[in-house]
Amino acid sequence: MPFIPHTETDISQMLASIGAKNIDALFDEIPAALRSGKLTAIGDGLNEMQVTRLMHERAAQDSQPLNFIGAGAYEHHIPAAVLEIATRGEYYTAYTPYQAEASQGTLQTLYEYQTMIASLTGMDVSNASLYDGASALAEAILMAVRAHKTSRRVLLPASVSPLYRSVARSIVKLQDIELVEIPFDIATGTTDLDALQQHAGSDIAALVIPQPNFFGALEDVDALTAWAYAQGALAIGLVNPLTLALLKAPGQWAEKGADIAVGDGQPLGAPLSSGGPYFGFMCCKQALVRQMPGRIICRTVDLDGKPGFTLTLQAREQHIRRAKATSNICSNQGLMVTAATIHMALLGSDGLRRAAAASHANTQALAVQASGVPGVKRLFGAPHFHEVVLHLPGSSARVLESMAGQGISGGYDLQPHYPQLGNAILVCATETKTVEDIQRYVAALRHALH
Amino acid sequence: MLIFERSHPGRRNAAQAPHHSVVIGGPSTGLRTGIPAVLLREDRPLLPEASEMDVVRHYTRLSQKNFSIDTHFYPLGSCTMKYNPRACNTLAMLPNFLARHPLAPEASGQGVLACLYDLQEILKDVSGMAGVSLMPMAGAQGEFAGIAMIRAYHDARNDMARTEIIVPDAAHGTNPATAVMCGYTVKEIPTDANGDVDLDALRAATGPQTAGLMLTNPSTLGVFEKRIADIQKIIHDAGGLLYYDGANLNAILGKVKPGDMGFDVIHMNLHKTFSTPHGGGGPGAGAVGVAQRLLPFLPLPVVAKEPPPQPSPASEGGSHYRYLTEADLPQSIGRLSAFSGNIGILLRAYVYARMLGAEGMHRVAEFATLNANYLMAELHKAGFTVAFPQRRASHEFIVSMKPLKDATGISAMDVAKRLLDKGYHPPTTYFPMLVPECLLIEPTETESKETLDGFVAALKEIRDEAHAAPELVKGAPHTMPVRRLDDVKAARELDLAWKPAV
Repeated sequence: MPFIPHTETDISQMLASIGAKNIDALFDEIPAALRSGKLTAIGDGLNEMQVTRLMHERAAQDSQPLNFIGAGAYEHHIPAAVLEIATRGEYYTAYTPYQAEASQGTLQTLYEYQTMIASLTGMDVSNASLYDGASALAEAILMAVRAHKTSRRVLLPASVSPLYRSVARSIVKLQDIELVEIPFDIATGTTDLDALQQHAGSDIAALVIPQPNFFGALEDVDALTAWAYAQGALAIGLVNPLTLALLKAPGQWAEKGADIAVGDGQPLGAPLSSGGPYFGFMCCKQALVRQMPGRIICRTVDLDGKPGFTLTLQAREQHIRRAKATSNICSNQGLMVTAATIHMALLGSDGLRRAAAASHANTQALAVQASGVPGVKRLFGAPHFHEVVLHLPGSSARVLESMAGQGISGGYDLQPHYPQLGNAILVCATETKTVEDIQRYVAALRHALH
Repeated sequence: MLIFERSHPGRRNAAQAPHHSVVIGGPSTGLRTGIPAVLLREDRPLLPEASEMDVVRHYTRLSQKNFSIDTHFYPLGSCTMKYNPRACNTLAMLPNFLARHPLAPEASGQGVLACLYDLQEILKDVSGMAGVSLMPMAGAQGEFAGIAMIRAYHDARNDMARTEIIVPDAAHGTNPATAVMCGYTVKEIPTDANGDVDLDALRAATGPQTAGLMLTNPSTLGVFEKRIADIQKIIHDAGGLLYYDGANLNAILGKVKPGDMGFDVIHMNLHKTFSTPHGGGGPGAGAVGVAQRLLPFLPLPVVAKEPPPQPSPASEGGSHYRYLTEADLPQSIGRLSAFSGNIGILLRAYVYARMLGAEGMHRVAEFATLNANYLMAELHKAGFTVAFPQRRASHEFIVSMKPLKDATGISAMDVAKRLLDKGYHPPTTYFPMLVPECLLIEPTETESKETLDGFVAALKEIRDEAHAAPELVKGAPHTMPVRRLDDVKAARELDLAWKPAV
């Protein structure tokens, strides 16, 4: 019986104490008709040796192509210490820190995280995480609508990831919030300011500002933020935290900064893992803190005046407010935040800047060299961060398939989401790529187009 | 001491930074980028400048300030804090699993997709449902998916008058919060003296405006709702659907299938019943299962098993796995995460399920129930006030400290804090709110009789202390890194981020 310590003696002593003749009697309040419970799709249990073999076989079926896909999940070096420490049992098997005195490790770690991510985003305050970047965007939209009070319209540029837009729609549509798509300028790949201007003067709760946007292009964040102020709308910055080692932070946009900053924390120490677990982050201005969903950690003192950490503002949350809570969220992504905190502490701002700059430079090098392949050209003239869009002279699906056959994940096919771009792919080369890797990419692309 | 206070200007970890001379193209180019200055930040973010060893030591020492399942008995009611097998962690972190990009071609992920497909099948079986989506990233997101599917079902039938979700007063706070997020109003119904749903109140609350009922069974009071067949009939006759909150699934795993009780939709907290780690507050996983009529609305993606498009070495046993998309399920409630949910957690749940097998799953409910009833019996004999002594405990039960408080002034919270000094994580306190001064106790199946006996002895000691030395208990804990914290000051001053001294 895996993971059950009871001996026969234990069982009979325990049943005697209860006054039950056997274990089955403990279920006598359950109507007999319901107690079929026969499991048919589950085989015999495996011991650890057998399950180890099974999982190694499964893992071996997954190939490891040389990866040039980003599109919301980025391959970065993760120091060995990050996952070694985050998976210590004391972090890994602890519950949400409701008992503060017995959870100071998790609580202080989360407080340090809040400090780091608030500083990266240039915002006043942070919560202790949400599920992922896409659901964090949805929560930011809900929060902006709560804070704005009169409008339920939110402007969502088409240069935001289509996957994020899809998630935001799934989550906010049930509360009758209108998401209005703002097209991008086909020349720059950034939000079309003329199209945006057509919404001037209407009642708008918020404008979402992606930086870098889904195409890797850099938006004119100051102008967009100022435009939101002029409409009385909240500015929601959707950002990649690694790029904020170099880029102007949402809190520094225009005169007063963005009101809310969200994004996915994956670039800060979370392995790609086919898509999760990652974590969503959310920061905001001090004035909005009571509208923010999720758990928030606070530094205070104990009975002896000694500093300590605790959960605070719980009156916003579902276990107290029930139907009036800011969100139904309770568990978030604590362990991934622990990993991110250790990751940021190990790299420091210098290490993050180097990783970000190297990712930028590698993508730049890739774009230049790939554009040397006949018929391949870069779309969009705006400056980019660590992703670029390449236009191909043949079917993007077929080119990517050919590159996959050569052991390379050549990029993300934009065709299904942006048919107006034709045979376009989104490509990313992080700091993990070497000069040789980039040469291999270009050779494979050349071969695929041959 | 905070990590920021261990920081020294100029200290950096060369081993963790890329050699920028290699990637930027020349030793002197430094960090210059091709980005216009107006888009760059001028300041540096406030991150520590500490050596690798400083960082490792700091977070290792911090971890040691935590209680955890690996270090302490953790009978936290409704949270199912059972042993998290180490094999699950090791095997979910195999390099090929960690390295795979979520948007890489499905052909490069047949191993992970096979695990996810198998897990869907296992969860279908234990829940008695027709289909499962693994997408939701926590129990609360699973609830959202479930209620959103109920709404999509009614909307698809153009049945627009259904505006209410019924929730018992003993429910988790997430239930009403979820109903509101899905655009419903909440109608709360009371619990009767036996801890069951008040059927008269339920009948009175149900009508053509009822979209559905959210129910936890066994309930948060730790008893099985015996009249589930009646409840099911009341709701279904009115045209509503039944939602099963799977928070307490551990109590009936392999014994009763929620589908057999008539539920239409269920979420399962894999971080409870399937033993994935709680991680200090996530990541969890809240897979949803649905009955036949809700299949078209499942959240995306769902993993499908098909004959291979063309035979290839990657397709195991002649099968090919792929994600179903909007094209396959056009009525889906949509996506809830950018990619495919918390896959690493799903792999852990899969390993756990395979290790248990069918027989092991039956044992989970049996021994979780044995432990709970034994602990309840021992505490009852020791003179503690059990909330529902006439009932069987499910996998958890409630003890009220009200008599102790009346006699000594020592509250459930005081008892909880004193338990920390005795080396036990306290049970859930003050939930459910229906029982005054309550402790909700869930021992789980992985604890031994000796541990349970030790816990009973600790509670008896605390009761003695409450009479003999109440200040000792009121001032607890005494042995933790900090004593009780000033929550009022915390909420008033809101120190949410460290700032350097000016």
